[in-house]
Amino acid sequence: MSNLSLVITAIAGLSAAIAGCALPAKTRVQAAVAFTWGACIAALVGALAVLHTGHAMVLNSSRILPLTGVTMVLDPLGAVFVVITAVVAIASTLYWLGYASHGLSTRTASAALPIFVTSMLLVPAAGSVATFLWLWELMALSSLLLVLVDQRRREETRSAAQWYAVMTHAGASAILFALVMLSAHAGNQTFAAIRIHAVHLPAAVRNTAFLLALVGFGSKAGAVPLHVWLPKAHPEAPSPASALMSGAMVNLGIYGIVLVGDRLLGGGPAWWWLTVTAVGVVSALFGALHAATSTDLKRLLAYSTADNMGLVLIGIGASGLFATTGHPAIAAIAMVSALLLTVNHAAFKGSLFLSAGSVQVATGSRDLDRLGGLMRRMPITGVVFLVGGLAIAALPPLNGFVGEWLLFQSLLHGLPTSSTAVAIAVPVGVAALALTGGLTAAAFVKAIGVGFLGRPRSEGAATAHEVPRTMQLGAALLAGACVVLGVVPMIVLPALERAAAEVVPGAPAHSLRASVELRLAGLQGVLAPALLAAGLALAFVAVIAMRRLAQRRSHLRVALRRVEPWGCGRELQTARMQYTATSFAEPLQQVFDDVLRPDRDLDVSHLAESRYYTEKIAYRTSIGDVIEHNVYRPMIGAVNVWGQWARGLQNGSVHRYLAYGLVVLVVVLAVIV
Amino acid sequence: MNGIGGVIAAVLVAGAQIAAVAVGGPLLVGVMRKVRCHIEGRVGPPIHQPLRDLRKLFSKQRMRPDQASWVFGVGPVVLVATAVLIAAISPLATTRPPLGQTADFFAIVFVLLLGSVALALAALDTGTPFGGMGSSRAMTIGALAEPALLVAILAMSIPAHTSNLPALVRIGLAHPQLIASPERFLALGSFLVVILAESGRLPVDNPSTHLELTMIHEAMVLEYAGPDLGLVILGESMRLALLLGLLVNLLIPWGIADRPGAAALVIGLGALVGKVVVAGIAIATFEVFTAKLRLFRLPELLAGAFVLAVVGAFTALVIR
Repeated sequence: MSNLSLVITAIAGLSAAIAGCALPAKTRVQAAVAFTWGACIAALVGALAVLHTGHAMVLNSSRILPLTGVTMVLDPLGAVFVVITAVVAIASTLYWLGYASHGLSTRTASAALPIFVTSMLLVPAAGSVATFLWLWELMALSSLLLVLVDQRRREETRSAAQWYAVMTHAGASAILFALVMLSAHAGNQTFAAIRIHAVHLPAAVRNTAFLLALVGFGSKAGAVPLHVWLPKAHPEAPSPASALMSGAMVNLGIYGIVLVGDRLLGGGPAWWWLTVTAVGVVSALFGALHAATSTDLKRLLAYSTADNMGLVLIGIGASGLFATTGHPAIAAIAMVSALLLTVNHAAFKGSLFLSAGSVQVATGSRDLDRLGGLMRRMPITGVVFLVGGLAIAALPPLNGFVGEWLLFQSLLHGLPTSSTAVAIAVPVGVAALALTGGLTAAAFVKAIGVGFLGRPRSEGAATAHEVPRTMQLGAALLAGACVVLGVVPMIVLPALERAAAEVVPGAPAHSLRASVELRLAGLQGVLAPALLAAGLALAFVAVIAMRRLAQRRSHLRVALRRVEPWGCGRELQTARMQYTATSFAEPLQQVFDDVLRPDRDLDVSHLAESRYYTEKIAYRTSIGDVIEHNVYRPMIGAVNVWGQWARGLQNGSVHRYLAYGLVVLVVVLAVIV
Repeated sequence: MNGIGGVIAAVLVAGAQIAAVAVGGPLLVGVMRKVRCHIEGRVGPPIHQPLRDLRKLFSKQRMRPDQASWVFGVGPVVLVATAVLIAAISPLATTRPPLGQTADFFAIVFVLLLGSVALALAALDTGTPFGGMGSSRAMTIGALAEPALLVAILAMSIPAHTSNLPALVRIGLAHPQLIASPERFLALGSFLVVILAESGRLPVDNPSTHLELTMIHEAMVLEYAGPDLGLVILGESMRLALLLGLLVNLLIPWGIADRPGAAALVIGLGALVGKVVVAGIAIATFEVFTAKLRLFRLPELLAGAFVLAVVGAFTALVIR
């Protein structure tokens, strides 16, 4: 297998970054995008070849990195993630062409974005610990720069970037510990060597490595309780960057968990996977609940990322569980479902973030309570968001549905053949899947209905115009992928099957039989998404025809009449009388009051003359993140207290510093002697 | 089934089931109203009154609120289209419906959800307070009903090793002891509560309320008139008939056609109508003696349904 594609990817990515840095403002973005596309296409071709042949692509060079050298091995599992990243990156950079004039054409941004894309394309190809960590760090730093793009204009951006930097580096150090520990025991830092030695490792080392990796990669994937950076960094980053972060970067967290858990350590005891499933369940529910109650469009999308990654983790956990109970075929199906959910998530979340960015550009706001009526003013963006929203709510005939069906099937078929722990975990998983599905549907009915339908709630929304063509096209590309993947998921399933068969030991080469129908091999479970879609389309046309026919017969067939809606007898109806996103989510917020703990603030001020007359009433409500408030804030507080205390040690007096030196010297001598 | 003859047979079966649901749905609503009126000591409209209403509505002019987009018009069409699709592929009159192999219970639930979401979006498109109110409440109830529904499906699917609907009904026919098993009862009890919630019946929603503030479903469709309203009413009644049809076939499958042939199909249709009417009468009777629950008491009801379903799932595992 030629490794040319990896080389071209790296060179094109580097050229894009140099072009973004060096060229004048006029041509900078175009050149960077062109080179980035080169990188993406080269990576895409290479990854598709790997998926087609099943042979890994290898690149070794001792000259690039000092001391360690570079080892790249792109296997089918990694290739799946490369393809996802490449497609999302092509759409996002296309979008960037139109978006650049909105603060994303600076030298830093034009250089950071290609580096970000290239590092994400190469992370799944890393074949050794050092290569992996270098690329991982490059990805973290370049994305941090992208989050910071707006920092001059917005105060929140700086705080968001701080959170992101801390979380991502805390995660990276956990990963560092895990991988270094494994490579130290193996005596070699290539993944291949670690894999061979992992079997002989003591259980304590394996457990520690897995848990550290779960924490590190979980924080990248936005798994609750390590998700706190997601709802801060995703909204503040410029939209092409948020689409890349949510559509491509968080996936690499999932890749990391599979890499360490399944590939390097070769699976583990049931409690590992029960932990993964539990984290998945909590993430899915917590994310969906917050998505359902958020009013900031991009914050909603960020929480829904945590929710979707939770579902993927449920799939991975289930796969590991079924592998431990000796059912590799069902484990493979669960792994395929997890990978399919990842692919799907990239498609719909990418299109949603890009169209949310278009909304922000067109209206100047991403607060749902200030939007409305955009479907008539921005028809293309509206339809793209509608498709993405329906897809993420797992509605047929779109792609989210196929992934969740597969996950449900794997849970159902894995259940009756397993241990007690599994018997308890699986119904809980199904319930979480279901509640998440319902909450997600509510969240996106809210986002679409309040954001794009009804009357405009602000001047910005009322005067919005459709964004430039490239932006529409970039978002529409991914929405198109949602439709295609929903109707003919068979085009990606063989590749995912190949990747899953490699990950799950002892899995059959074909766990699914995918033609027009999607059939679970050896089990009773069939789905024909294309036929369902065709049936729906046919029924849709038939119903419209029937309605037309009924009207033709009636001799009353006149044009559609626009009328004033019913206002309970009130003549004037204003946009302020509509339900807002806050009011839409209020019932759910009340039902889940104990989990969400919203801050409510009611101020009633009375007239000076009499307390029986109110002068004004102010009501504020906001939903913070319970975990951020109860776990992270105390932690930050403790660090601050410690810092304050440590300040007492430093008062600038040279005498004191000399005394410290003396004390340390004495202690060191005492220890040594 | 093979060749052109097979296709024609499949189309005929689908057509028969769709026709039965499309005509039977409104008639079922008529029957339920009649029963209610009878118990309350009123005469009530004739049973076929809903069909007459539909005929009248479909001959009227189409109207749309002045700020609404195309979503408002498409919502009811999607609602009916999803019901038509489910009517075609579900095991209602026969255990071998066309495309029955893809009539997965999970898939059916999400196709139904597509209809609900389309209507909820259309309601928000009206730009009025009532549309949003109904939409918000309906989506809340839908979200809370979902876990009960899916776990109930899981509980029914565990002993059968499949979640394919026709297969679930066939297994009931072949092994009657599966139907009498506690997990099937618990799951179906949970399913019944979900049906009441999803189709807007008491004690979740009052289908005949006239006060906008207490409405859920009616608030969503307040702006519809003429043919669009006709589609909404048709779609909702079809959904009720479909869900009850599935419930009765999972509970008492006997009578359903298990082999090809026109005679079996006709018997199957007759049996379906009989079973659904009995179920409808039972629900209507229950509604007379029930008051609507407060909106914020509903989570308790749905949580109860969820617990039933979970107990059903665990029972299925233990009994196995």
